[in-house]
Amino acid sequence: MALLEMRGISKTFPGVRALDNVTLAVEQGEIHAICGENGAGKSTLMKVLSGVYPHGSYEGDIVYNGETMAFRGIRDSEDRGIIIIHQELALVPLLSIAENLFLGNERAKGGVINWPETMQQTEALLRKVGLTDAPATQVGKLGVGKQQLVEIAKALAKDVRLLILDEPTAALQENDSQKLLDLLLELKAQGVTSIMISHKLNEISRVADRITVIRDGATVSTLDTADITEERIIRDMVGRDMAHRYPDRTPQIGEVLMEVKGWNVWHPDQKDRQMIRDAAFHVRKGEIVGIAGLMGAGRTELAMSIFGRSYGRNITGQVMMGGQVADTSTVAKAVAAGLAYVTEDRKVLGLVLEEPILRNITLANLPGVAQRGVLDKRRESAVAEKYRRAMAIRTPGVFQKVVNLSGGNQQKVVLSKWLFTDPQVLILDEPTRGIDVGAKFEIYGIMNDLAAQGRGVVMISSEMPELLGMCDRIYVMNEGRILGELARSEASQERIMALILKNNGKAA
Amino acid sequence: MSDQTKTMAGGKGLGAQLGGHMRESGMMMALVAIVLFFTVILRVVPANPIDFLSAQNITNIFLQNSYVIIMALGMLLVIVAGHIDLSVGSVVGFTGAVAAYLTVTLGWPVIAVVPSCLLVGLLIGAAQGYWIAYWRIPSFIVTLAGMLVFRGLTLWLLNGQNIGPFPRAFQSLSTGFIPDMFGVGRPNMTALALVTLAALVVVYVGWRARIRDAEFGITPEPMGVFIIRNAVVAAALIFVGWKLASFRGLPNVVIILSVLTVLYAFFTENTTTGRRIYALGGNEKAAKLSGIKTDRLVFLTFCNMGVLAALAGMIVAARLNSSTPKAGAGFELDVIAAVFIGGASMSGGVGKILGVVVGALIMGVMNNGMSIMGIGIDYQQVIKGLVLLAAVIFDVYNKSK
Repeated sequence: MALLEMRGISKTFPGVRALDNVTLAVEQGEIHAICGENGAGKSTLMKVLSGVYPHGSYEGDIVYNGETMAFRGIRDSEDRGIIIIHQELALVPLLSIAENLFLGNERAKGGVINWPETMQQTEALLRKVGLTDAPATQVGKLGVGKQQLVEIAKALAKDVRLLILDEPTAALQENDSQKLLDLLLELKAQGVTSIMISHKLNEISRVADRITVIRDGATVSTLDTADITEERIIRDMVGRDMAHRYPDRTPQIGEVLMEVKGWNVWHPDQKDRQMIRDAAFHVRKGEIVGIAGLMGAGRTELAMSIFGRSYGRNITGQVMMGGQVADTSTVAKAVAAGLAYVTEDRKVLGLVLEEPILRNITLANLPGVAQRGVLDKRRESAVAEKYRRAMAIRTPGVFQKVVNLSGGNQQKVVLSKWLFTDPQVLILDEPTRGIDVGAKFEIYGIMNDLAAQGRGVVMISSEMPELLGMCDRIYVMNEGRILGELARSEASQERIMALILKNNGKAA
Repeated sequence: MSDQTKTMAGGKGLGAQLGGHMRESGMMMALVAIVLFFTVILRVVPANPIDFLSAQNITNIFLQNSYVIIMALGMLLVIVAGHIDLSVGSVVGFTGAVAAYLTVTLGWPVIAVVPSCLLVGLLIGAAQGYWIAYWRIPSFIVTLAGMLVFRGLTLWLLNGQNIGPFPRAFQSLSTGFIPDMFGVGRPNMTALALVTLAALVVVYVGWRARIRDAEFGITPEPMGVFIIRNAVVAAALIFVGWKLASFRGLPNVVIILSVLTVLYAFFTENTTTGRRIYALGGNEKAAKLSGIKTDRLVFLTFCNMGVLAALAGMIVAARLNSSTPKAGAGFELDVIAAVFIGGASMSGGVGKILGVVVGALIMGVMNNGMSIMGIGIDYQQVIKGLVLLAAVIFDVYNKSK
């Protein structure tokens, strides 16, 4: 019997149709994997299911246990035993494990907490998930792997019937991941149904019974894991030939624009933790260079430490711009040296969301629209208008607040901001994260234009197909080191992974 | 033009048409409504009708509130940058005490005392701003400490007593009036000429901005609203000017106020530094990664606040004609309230100089009107508190719509 059926679910955000008639059926007692590219709509679907997007804000039906549900909030779905564990863990780091487990669900009578019972039950739950830490341990002192297990114990405390895990192993080390997957199988044996969102095909084939592939907000297929090959999953996820996902480009590569040598960076707080070790790389004129690596490989730290020492301490090494040693010790100096950095997190680090598009575009180069410190507003709006057209930012006008734009258009605003500083080299950190497929193609086109203008582009990305499709060369990073570089002709997903895994082996 | 206005009016509600101007227009209307309310009620209710809009009372309102408006200009920058300054009341007391000590006790000339006090304010602002900007100590805590420290230093410097009176030259900072240069005194032709000129400039600048907005494709407010708004503002300016001219002329304080208001409005809206303060308050991390020296900007906003608090301190001392240990106590709350009534956001990045000045005037007019009506200080506090709360609720409600 199907425990859960989601029928014809559609969900629209301003400017984006995130889900389009999605169907999902989960059988009682199975582990059901959901696969899809970033931005395919997996997380949105789970938010619809758990009531984060309340009934009425989407179209379609959720049938659970034979009943049609109308969740108004996460509380409603939790009451029915549907518990979601998000990618970003929802634990309070300063509280103990026991306090976290029963947060909002306290073992209490008349508002007074029964501590002996709380501690006893915590111990029992921790045993279930295979943790041996004391219930009074502060959650912040646990590693990410253990925190993930605490989250699952928290779900168990609420009598979970359907457990949803959003990329549970994304931040975990290999052996922590294995432990987690074992636990999922054990829970399954105890009758807990799970939905697992994951990118990791090997993990899916290990634990999942069935798999549903979602692409561009629509269900592509639901298949038994036993019947399918990884190739089939990838084909369903991608949905088209690689060749057509990236705009054509004929590289015209010139001399070296930027070169980084002997770059070392230490963690800003933890004194003996070296984040970047002896990194060296270069970018040429008209070249798009990729930096591949897993989460936590140090790619963002490398970029931010180069860009005005915005990350880390005790930074040593050299940045050469056009053959000269460049001073990039502050952001202003790095910008003056011809460097631009488009951050991974647009909303938190890239944009002033409550300000209009034009103010965001001119922010990094206000002197460019001012004379002796006095703004020329006519020139400012002309500049913004120019970029709005060039980048095809879809908006009624440049006086619209950025917060109202879709992810793709926000990214174009950030790119416009940096282009207005006329940089020689742009470092783009996950430039297509959280952007729908159409806008991705446009961003790729912009990147190609930048290279064609003779600028150098460094692209940091976790999506390997994107790196393979866009880059002339790819550096592979792991644990703060640049392990090697691959030319376009020799690069492949397998070779990149092989480099990383070989390095992991060495470290162990 | 009128056709276009009509089609727009057909398509959208009044609120949407007014757009960004809604908030300021609403504030001004509220101010006008409050003034009218007191004018009518003071004429009708008491046995002996009182003229709320008498030249004397208008002059009083300005003299009573000048220091709040002056400090609100600086406080707006501090709050836009995402901080708060609780110490300004104590700084007012302290700089007033310094002014008294230098003038009365040491006998310094006024020409030396004024810059010295401003310098003291600058140093105080710098001392607090240093910890806030470069050590990232929360401004609430640093300035709370400053509030205690400078109140204590005021007591120490004054030895717990009042120092006064001040020489005439110093008093004129607050209670002086600019002389009539080409008239015979009443009405004061200089005052009239200056105010009329100011009204013309306001209308001209508004008109220019309107034309520029149209050029940029910003939907302008409807022509009718524009005309009414400017007519009201110009009429109010000329009316106030006429009243002041028929009394003792323009107070020096009004000139200081007007010049500062124009300067700060220009600074916040038309300079790169002003723009950067807004960006810093809107998203500090993004501003920093755009090459903006956020630490230094925060430091400078506190330096600026210190200087303005010192100026206010001298004006208060000059008005009272002595320095008292209690001078300025509680001023920080009036100033902060004026800034929030004026439309600034607690989280930073939002707020306009004009809004803040109108906000301060609303508070000031209410203080004055309620005092004349003989409403007790107890009720006054309650009413002022509720007005502050209502203004902010109105903002939040508007935003969530």
